[in-house]
Amino acid sequence: MKLTINGESKEIKDGISLPELLVIENVEQPDMVSVQLNDEFVRQDEHKGITLKENDSINFLYFMGGGA
Amino acid sequence: MREFSDEELERYSRHIILQDVGIEGQEKIANSKVLVIGAGGLGSPVALYLAAAGVGEIGIVDGDVVDLSNLQRQVIHTTADVNVPKVLSAKAKMEAINPNVKVTVYQKFLDASNILDIVKGYDFVIDGTDNFSSKFLINDACVLANVPYSHGGILRFGGQTMTVKPKESACYACVFDSPPPANAIPTCSSAGILGAVAGMLGTIQAAEALKYIVGVGEPLYNRLLTFDAKTMNFRNVNFKKNPKCRVCGEHGIKEIKDYEAVVCEAKL
Ligand SMILES: [Zn+2]
Repeated sequence: MKLTINGESKEIKDGISLPELLVIENVEQPDMVSVQLNDEFVRQDEHKGITLKENDSINFLYFMGGGA
Repeated sequence: MREFSDEELERYSRHIILQDVGIEGQEKIANSKVLVIGAGGLGSPVALYLAAAGVGEIGIVDGDVVDLSNLQRQVIHTTADVNVPKVLSAKAKMEAINPNVKVTVYQKFLDASNILDIVKGYDFVIDGTDNFSSKFLINDACVLANVPYSHGGILRFGGQTMTVKPKESACYACVFDSPPPANAIPTCSSAGILGAVAGMLGTIQAAEALKYIVGVGEPLYNRLLTFDAKTMNFRNVNFKKNPKCRVCGEHGIKEIKDYEAVVCEAKL
């Protein structure tokens, strides 16, 4: 199925869950990333229950704490 | 209304000829008050550009002194400033660039006991801090005091920034909820930062402050701008204010509290 991941269109096998996608996409520290699915943020404790569908758009937003 | 001197008209002429700024825009800049929290990698370029732009009053907050390892990126400080309080070093450069600007220094770190009183006196705030407890505290204070601000974060070759207009646009906690656990996320001192990346992000924050003051263009509301200087790819991620946000939502915060110090180098 086709997914849009961080703005890029990608072909990903059907029926995978959000935690599986985080592994496939080599997301470091999956519990430290803010996940946005079709414009809505997904709470950490809701990741497990989410199965991705064709044309879903997913963004991974990472903490960046530097500044000094 | 403020009468500009001939010296000021000449100094700001490249702003004044900008169609979207003009003399009215420059007057707004001269009548504005901006608080820069942190006189480091982000705070340095922000403070330099805001002073040069003629922001009427600039507050600068930092409790630290200049360290040799700061000079690779904190361009407001020089080799002669090592061991000098950062706010004093910054104030000297800002006044040297533009004596028309009033600089107020706060030689301290902000916490729940003092942040609201300081933030309240300003039209716009810049987050140039280096740890999550400070970043979330600034977000909370700006939401409570209803003062717009620019969030900035940098690491290695990357940066992220968003502009928050409390009550109207999404806040930092709408996106990231709450600080990560201690030492879970690498910091600039543990993982490094390309000096010029701090300049890239800081100048974006300065431009956002000036856009807000003049009332021109589209601020980074409801979107996080992220970039990777290795590829020079820039990306906007759009979102909406979260009605259930812990900070700015319907049942958001009512008072300010300190976050646990979450970074080994956290100073705030
Ligand atoms: Zn919020």
